[in-house]
Amino acid sequence: MAIAVVLILLVVGSLIFHFVSPWYLTPLASNWSMIDTTIDITLIVTGIVFIAVNLFMAYCIIRFRHKPGRKAHYDPENANLETWLTVLTSIGVAAMLAPGLLVWGQIITVPDDAMEVEVVGQQWHWSFRFPGDDGVLGNVDIRHISEANPFGMDPEDPNGQDDILIANPVLHLPIDQAIKTLLRSKDVLHNFTVPQFRVKMDLVPGTVTYLWFTPTVVGTYEILCEELCGLAHYAMRGKVVVESQADFDAWLNAQPTFAELSAQPPGDPVAGQATYTLCAACHGPDGQGMQPLNAPKLTGQQGWYLRRQIQYFKNGVRGTQEGDLFGAMMVPIMAVVADDRAIENVVAYIETLPSEPAPATVTGDATAGKDLYRTCSACHGADGSGIWALNAPRLAGMSDWYLVRQLQNFRAGIRGAHPGDAYGAQMRMMADILADEKAINDMVAYVNTL
Amino acid sequence: MAYAAIADRDQEHHLHDPQTFITKYIWSQDHKVIAIQYAMTAIAVGLFAMGLSIMMRLQLGFPDSFSLISPEEYYQYVTLHGMIMVIYLLTALFLGGFGNYLIPLMCGARDMVFPYMNMLSYWVYLLSVLVLMASFFIPDGPTGAGWTLYPPQAITSGTPGSGGGIVVMLVSLALFIVAFTMGGLNYVTTVLQARTRGMTLMRMPLSVWGIFVATILGLLAFPALLVAAVMMLLDRLIGTSFFMPEMLLMGVQSEHAGGSPILFQHLFWFFGHPEVYIVALPAFGMVSDILATHARRNIFGYRMMVWAIIAIGALSFVVWAHHMYVSGMNPYFGFFFATTTLIIAVPTALKVYNWVLTLWRGDLHLNVPMLFAIGFIFTFTHGGLTGLFLGNVTVDLPLSDTYFVVGHFHMVMGVSPVLVLFAAIYHWYPKITGRMFNDTLGKLHFWLTLLGTYSIYLPMHYLGFLGVPRRYYANGVTDFIPESVQTMNAGITIAALVVAASQMIFLFNMVWSLFKGEKASSNPWNATTLEWQTPETPPAHGNWGDKLPEVHRWAYDYSVPGEEHDFLPQTEPVHTGAIVHRDLEDFKE
Repeated sequence: MAIAVVLILLVVGSLIFHFVSPWYLTPLASNWSMIDTTIDITLIVTGIVFIAVNLFMAYCIIRFRHKPGRKAHYDPENANLETWLTVLTSIGVAAMLAPGLLVWGQIITVPDDAMEVEVVGQQWHWSFRFPGDDGVLGNVDIRHISEANPFGMDPEDPNGQDDILIANPVLHLPIDQAIKTLLRSKDVLHNFTVPQFRVKMDLVPGTVTYLWFTPTVVGTYEILCEELCGLAHYAMRGKVVVESQADFDAWLNAQPTFAELSAQPPGDPVAGQATYTLCAACHGPDGQGMQPLNAPKLTGQQGWYLRRQIQYFKNGVRGTQEGDLFGAMMVPIMAVVADDRAIENVVAYIETLPSEPAPATVTGDATAGKDLYRTCSACHGADGSGIWALNAPRLAGMSDWYLVRQLQNFRAGIRGAHPGDAYGAQMRMMADILADEKAINDMVAYVNTL
Repeated sequence: MAYAAIADRDQEHHLHDPQTFITKYIWSQDHKVIAIQYAMTAIAVGLFAMGLSIMMRLQLGFPDSFSLISPEEYYQYVTLHGMIMVIYLLTALFLGGFGNYLIPLMCGARDMVFPYMNMLSYWVYLLSVLVLMASFFIPDGPTGAGWTLYPPQAITSGTPGSGGGIVVMLVSLALFIVAFTMGGLNYVTTVLQARTRGMTLMRMPLSVWGIFVATILGLLAFPALLVAAVMMLLDRLIGTSFFMPEMLLMGVQSEHAGGSPILFQHLFWFFGHPEVYIVALPAFGMVSDILATHARRNIFGYRMMVWAIIAIGALSFVVWAHHMYVSGMNPYFGFFFATTTLIIAVPTALKVYNWVLTLWRGDLHLNVPMLFAIGFIFTFTHGGLTGLFLGNVTVDLPLSDTYFVVGHFHMVMGVSPVLVLFAAIYHWYPKITGRMFNDTLGKLHFWLTLLGTYSIYLPMHYLGFLGVPRRYYANGVTDFIPESVQTMNAGITIAALVVAASQMIFLFNMVWSLFKGEKASSNPWNATTLEWQTPETPPAHGNWGDKLPEVHRWAYDYSVPGEEHDFLPQTEPVHTGAIVHRDLEDFKE
């Protein structure tokens, strides 16, 4: 008897949960309201069956539970009833399937006026490519990928010269324009998902898949990877900014083409040396860093990382968060660095300086740290030398006290919180695995042994 | 039925009587002992996998309070939890455990037709379990590729355990498939060849039907997994490129070129979807028998139930790519697979109706096995209906890879079959052990399990609607995920702890009752099927004493009008003047 009451309560409870639950589809921001309609139809049909079957079962339990003298009815089959149930079920199934198939037909048929954009996935980052003025994406190949050519553009293909390369995980799109995303992976499976757009599709290495949608609401939405792609799968995030056509055009025009990027001359260390005098006061003339001045070692660090951090300080992405006292000191100094050219030069100069491992100042249990470092090694490398392809800088031989402070800042949300710092945001998620000061010190102590 | 005749004439079974403790309980060829060996191993490994899920839930529910597991361990536990539960627990327990125990007894056979191979099947299964467990003791630990083991990431360096763990996993799977094949050929042959006199196919209990068809599915589906495992091993060990295209890994160009990751997914799901029914069909069958017995009523629509089992089994081979709607396969496949998937809902729904109609106008004894069976109807209805969301390609799009999927498959493939397993263990416990279990503890176990699991999985569907992705070690700061989701996650974890703790009640009950339980009569539920008519309880080696039983009627003669008792065992001859239902002429002599 209790079971019948509980069944009724579970049905009622599920209904209440459905109506009061604060969790339901995120507000739609694309043309795919039809997908939401198919969900509503399915909810209604299945909801009716759920209620009917369980309430009937509860009724049976109450009405036919054992009492002395009760005898069950003996009727092995009832062809009429079974036929009726089959027909009714088939109608219900057809009512859900038919709209599903109709909408699917539209989902896989891309409108002719759709704007193409390529979405590139890799462990554990997003980047994007627009076809440029000619409207044609140039050829790409894994074999062309290098630090200078992360998209793997074919340098010989004329169609690729005007391709616009967005080498960071923020995609801008114009509102009310149909978008066809071509999905490409450099390594393993990924999945391009923006919950507010409703549609999603895997990125499959070796082939190009696609999706289409029309953004309909201005705003910034998260891009998630929803196909398990290894250790940092949950931290593979991006953003899509939906804006007016004018704002979009302005943004797109400010982005570099492949030809522009390839034409950039390498940084000039001689010119950079002059700029470096700004840095030498704290980081030392040899770039070895000075702990009393809270200036970490620079030499030995990968150039792309130095470049990015200088840009962040210069643009107020880093050093502007409350609590980042030492980062704040960098902001006015970097403001003096004239432009990207000057940054290239000073980085080129730092790269010419010899690198000695920084002295160990942090004490911790390196054996315990080795276990913790397993997670870090997925990006920073087993030897801690950093991997450009994973946007992971060198750790080994760098100032250990600085590593500790940055990990503390990541954990405290001081670093990586600025919306422009997508890579820092990723580190913020990863640094959470270090539970406390001891874990941080142990891990850094292990890095000192590398 | 030549086997039965020979067995009868020559008293052949005495030749096989085990002599020593070792031959009786260790290297046993008795299907009942092998069944118990299978069941104990499966339950042990299942408890271990439950422990893994608790570690994951603590991480998800309280990410800041416990730093128990790293992302590597999280993905390793996700993988092992799924693989163990689906393959090493559910498949092994339903087929190796209940298949072994019930087929000979319900068909009226003395044993499986190949007892030695049956024994071998268990030991190879145990070996596969040990090999899998060994992966916790190798340097990088077990694989963290997710239970679907999708390449390329399963064998590339960004995935935990891609060094040794994946190799061990694939070898263990291959061993399991060998073990399953030896057992499976045995089950099918026994059902076809060793039924006793009068046991026509359409008189078999639905338990046997479910196990029989599931075994055929397994024999056809597991080879797809085996070849996929072998191909991936070759990709991993000798550098072939079956599933591996050209890639940039850790900034270095890989040696592979030209392979197709989607090919693996097709092979995996060609196995993986029938696998759902390899677990579900035995559950369907066993729950039908349990419902009929405790409702004192014939199973409603027996013939339709048999045909539904066969139809579901056949259709289960043409729906696999509904797991791949967003995999990047040719999008036109979506039309075909959505249609076949929703068609399979019709025979499945009919089974649910027939179970409920078996309760209708019955005489319901709400014993512990019956409670679990009713709980199954509830959770299976829920899980089946949410399957209609994911099976319909358009509706699947926003829900795929979210917690909706986690909620759905745990409801339909986790909770539902497990509730049937509990129903079956309680139902057949008196026959297997000769003792009754403790009723109060059984009911407590039921309530905590049903209410606990529903509180775990119902909310997950709504997190899925919202778009919370599955297989995330942590949600981090994500704009569309409100703070309340973390609160819900903590609540789900608490419910999971309650469910896990309540399984200890079950274990205690099983062990305590083994020694202190009331002695069971040979047929405590007044059931009709043959296993309850054995001369001894628990049944002795050879099952039937000197004479095999003879079957005169179908398995569901409960509450037949005009009869004195409310059940007529299958061995009961049809006396002259008995009321034979018009529809039943097929079922009676």
